[in-house]
Amino acid sequence: MSSTDISLHKDVHSGHDDHHDDHHEQSFIEKYIFSQDHKVIGKQFLFAGLFWAIIGGTFSSLFRFQLGFPEATFTFLEPILGKWVDGGKLNPEFYLALVTMHGTIMVFFVLTAGLSGTFSNFLIPLQIGARDMASGFMNMLSFWFFFLASVIMFYSIFLETGPAAGGWTVYPPLSALPQAISGSGAGMTMWLVSMALFIVSQLLGGVNYITTVINLRTRGMSMAKLPLTIWAFFLTAVLGLLAFPVLFSAALLLIFDRSFGTSFFLSDIYVAGEALTHTGGSPVLFQHLFWFLGHPEVYIVILPTFGIVSEVIATNARKPIFGYRAMIGSMLGISILSFIVWAHHMFVSGMNPFLGSVFMFLTLIIAVPSAVKVFNWLATLWRGNINFTPAMLFSVAFVSLFITGGVTGIILGNSALDIQMHDTYFVVAHFHLVMGSAAFFGMFAGVYHWFPKMFGRMIDEKLGYVHFWITFVCAYLIFMPMHYLGIAGFPRRYYTWTGFETFNKFLDMNSFITIAAIFVFFAQFIFIFNFIYSIFRGRRATENPWKSNTLEWTTPVNPGHGNWPGPLPVVYRWPYDYSKPGAPQDFIPQNVPYSQTQSSNLPYERDFE
Amino acid sequence: MITIAVALSIILLLVILYLLFRIQILASIFTGSYRRDIGKSNKINAALFLIFMIVMGGLFFWSFNSAGEDMIIPIASQHGIAIDSMFWLTMAVIGFVFVLTHILLFVYSYKYQHKEGKIAYYYPHNNKLEIIWTVIPAVVMALLVFSGWKTWAKITSPAPENAVVVEVMGKQFNWLVRYPGADNKLGLVKHTLIDATNEFGIDLNDKNAQDDFPGEPSAFHVPKGQPVQLKIRSRDVIHSVFLPHFRVKMDAVPGMPTTFWFIPTKTTAEMQTETGNANFQYELACTEVCGRGHFAMKMTMIVDEPEDYQKWVAAQQQKTFATQLQQGAPADSTAAAGAVASNQ
Repeated sequence: MSSTDISLHKDVHSGHDDHHDDHHEQSFIEKYIFSQDHKVIGKQFLFAGLFWAIIGGTFSSLFRFQLGFPEATFTFLEPILGKWVDGGKLNPEFYLALVTMHGTIMVFFVLTAGLSGTFSNFLIPLQIGARDMASGFMNMLSFWFFFLASVIMFYSIFLETGPAAGGWTVYPPLSALPQAISGSGAGMTMWLVSMALFIVSQLLGGVNYITTVINLRTRGMSMAKLPLTIWAFFLTAVLGLLAFPVLFSAALLLIFDRSFGTSFFLSDIYVAGEALTHTGGSPVLFQHLFWFLGHPEVYIVILPTFGIVSEVIATNARKPIFGYRAMIGSMLGISILSFIVWAHHMFVSGMNPFLGSVFMFLTLIIAVPSAVKVFNWLATLWRGNINFTPAMLFSVAFVSLFITGGVTGIILGNSALDIQMHDTYFVVAHFHLVMGSAAFFGMFAGVYHWFPKMFGRMIDEKLGYVHFWITFVCAYLIFMPMHYLGIAGFPRRYYTWTGFETFNKFLDMNSFITIAAIFVFFAQFIFIFNFIYSIFRGRRATENPWKSNTLEWTTPVNPGHGNWPGPLPVVYRWPYDYSKPGAPQDFIPQNVPYSQTQSSNLPYERDFE
Repeated sequence: MITIAVALSIILLLVILYLLFRIQILASIFTGSYRRDIGKSNKINAALFLIFMIVMGGLFFWSFNSAGEDMIIPIASQHGIAIDSMFWLTMAVIGFVFVLTHILLFVYSYKYQHKEGKIAYYYPHNNKLEIIWTVIPAVVMALLVFSGWKTWAKITSPAPENAVVVEVMGKQFNWLVRYPGADNKLGLVKHTLIDATNEFGIDLNDKNAQDDFPGEPSAFHVPKGQPVQLKIRSRDVIHSVFLPHFRVKMDAVPGMPTTFWFIPTKTTAEMQTETGNANFQYELACTEVCGRGHFAMKMTMIVDEPEDYQKWVAAQQQKTFATQLQQGAPADSTAAAGAVASNQ
């Protein structure tokens, strides 16, 4: 444990020539590459996440171009895509590979590793008052396993037979049979290997987050005084720890089916002119295993942003978060329910219809804690004194996107309605709003909010505003019309719809969506520029630029190894004492004892003086 | 040459943008807004939320309305009516919530923007309020669950005895259809018997298989007003039968036959009159990604008046699989005959 290591780097950017009398010097490699410092590891996850987000976004631009302009020629992309452009046309298998990799990258590499990895690592020790994670070494391993998984997944993009192409859900038999689609050859093998390593990374990280939150809270930091961010990260880690091993087993069985001739998921197959010997397996079994992870996974994506957004909204509305305990309770409820709703992805998979009715019931229950969260955020804004920092803009928009995407879940969770909507663009619109855009907005909110703590400088606000408004407007311009396509029955993962008379309409709408999508993709470079520029040239931050209550803002501008130069802060109060009547300022940090705030103490708090 | 010009102009554009950015920073340092905590931009952002609500809200209602006609697929099955009415009822409920919460969200954002000297209202919780807004969604959800259960149970109940049985089999990348013939029983199939001529893998030793006959290569017929039971299977990867006009969808899973039954209510001819499209056809699409040709797995389903359907069946019954395979000259296949004999 690194709790004895209290050296302080005055400025982490001035290189490694600082002198410390109490600690040995760290080499560049120890400090920035194989670092065991949670703040550096958090940033490593952030940079890796940004890299993957650019790749995933590029892929979506490519297949959106195909969907929006099915008659267009892709000759201009030949220098990059090579033989995947076939006589000026995008190869349909490559189209499926793009869709598959877009999903895999965004869900796992950006919104799981990039989001939890960044903020759990960076914020957990800082907000609970710990020197570092419980195990710095395991934490380092977590990143490097992720890095290895990334390298393998990235390499698979350049294979001659292409990367995995059977959809991000990799349903067998398609994903098991290279005869059925070329991406199920080496590409799929690398997908499985990469995901196995990814799961190892998640488990190493998750064990660490949980242990740290349980064991390393500073004096006075009871579970009921934790910021909601920490509750969110904690529950996310628990979900990951329980769900990812199931994906691991599914991947393992799929590897057996693919390489060692077993029949877990395969039965009675005749493909490419040949009857296979596999018998007795069930493709539906894989779906059960996959979605047992897959559904908690969408909450692994969205829960951290619940925490981030609650924190940002409370800070910038200058109000305590409304219903702190209800917020924790609803997150707990969502976490538990997330494990017993998985089969709502499978209403028309051929499973017993009775199961469908059970899962419809359980699924619609989730709407209740989700609604509570939304109402509580609205109540937090009510009669606030709102400061619209870029982080706050993204948080308000997060609530909007979460509502818009969330309400359509009530339709899709209803098994009778899902018959028509399943695997149409209605589903695409639903989850891109509720867990895609919303999670991205939460992530942006987190980056803008904690940028000063991460890099000791302020990120430019004006560019943040431009970035926000373009992104917010385009998110709706892209995904709102997709509901219309879904109601009209447009199936997902179609290379083009023009072959069907039923779907041969809305050509203009598809072009419109594509233009908005490509435009907003390029607008993200405003953020990238702002991010990189501000790391080096941004205005210098103060210790607590947002006048926030949580402990990370009591550290120096550039917290060194060990986070606090002196003893660890002691916590006396909950993190949301904003605008407390009688207080001289509109915020009272968590480490201020009640004895110093006698003018603002509530009756029951007098005992603590 | 043009590439260089394009690249140059992009670089120039970026340089200009960068300069604008620097000028903006210098100007804000000069005016002092760089140091101020909360400036004019707070007012602008708050107002923009209100403008966003009005403009985007308007756009939404306009586009939803104008997409309306193209968006709604005409219904041609009995349970489809129940599904659609529940769909639009649920849409109304969530539409109400959507509008209400968004008005609150954006109006609060505007109204409670920062003002100098104002102090926010310290309001950490209110148990009564929280109970109210937990119970109301719970009650609404319960009602939706009950009506969903009723419809779902009806749709997925076992098919009636007298249902017309049609087997639909997915393969890369088309659909094949088989009718059970006079005995209304589909014969045994084995995937090891599949070859270029015996695409279903029909076991001709089975008595029930003798009178099975195929649909036409690109279209199959069902009668109006009678229950139709689709027996769905796949011989390679997972496909999914989607008949958008009938609100029918069910995966085709290799090794695990599935089923879906429904009652067509409009013949193809009636739908041609209704839509005013003389070429209208009911289409069957695949909705589970199945490989390269996923987007092209189309088949036509023709709904006939019952008497026309009987006529069609009578004509087809001569062309059973048994006669086609035994003669070694299948009607719609040019494959060699030898392979079939070895299956006998």
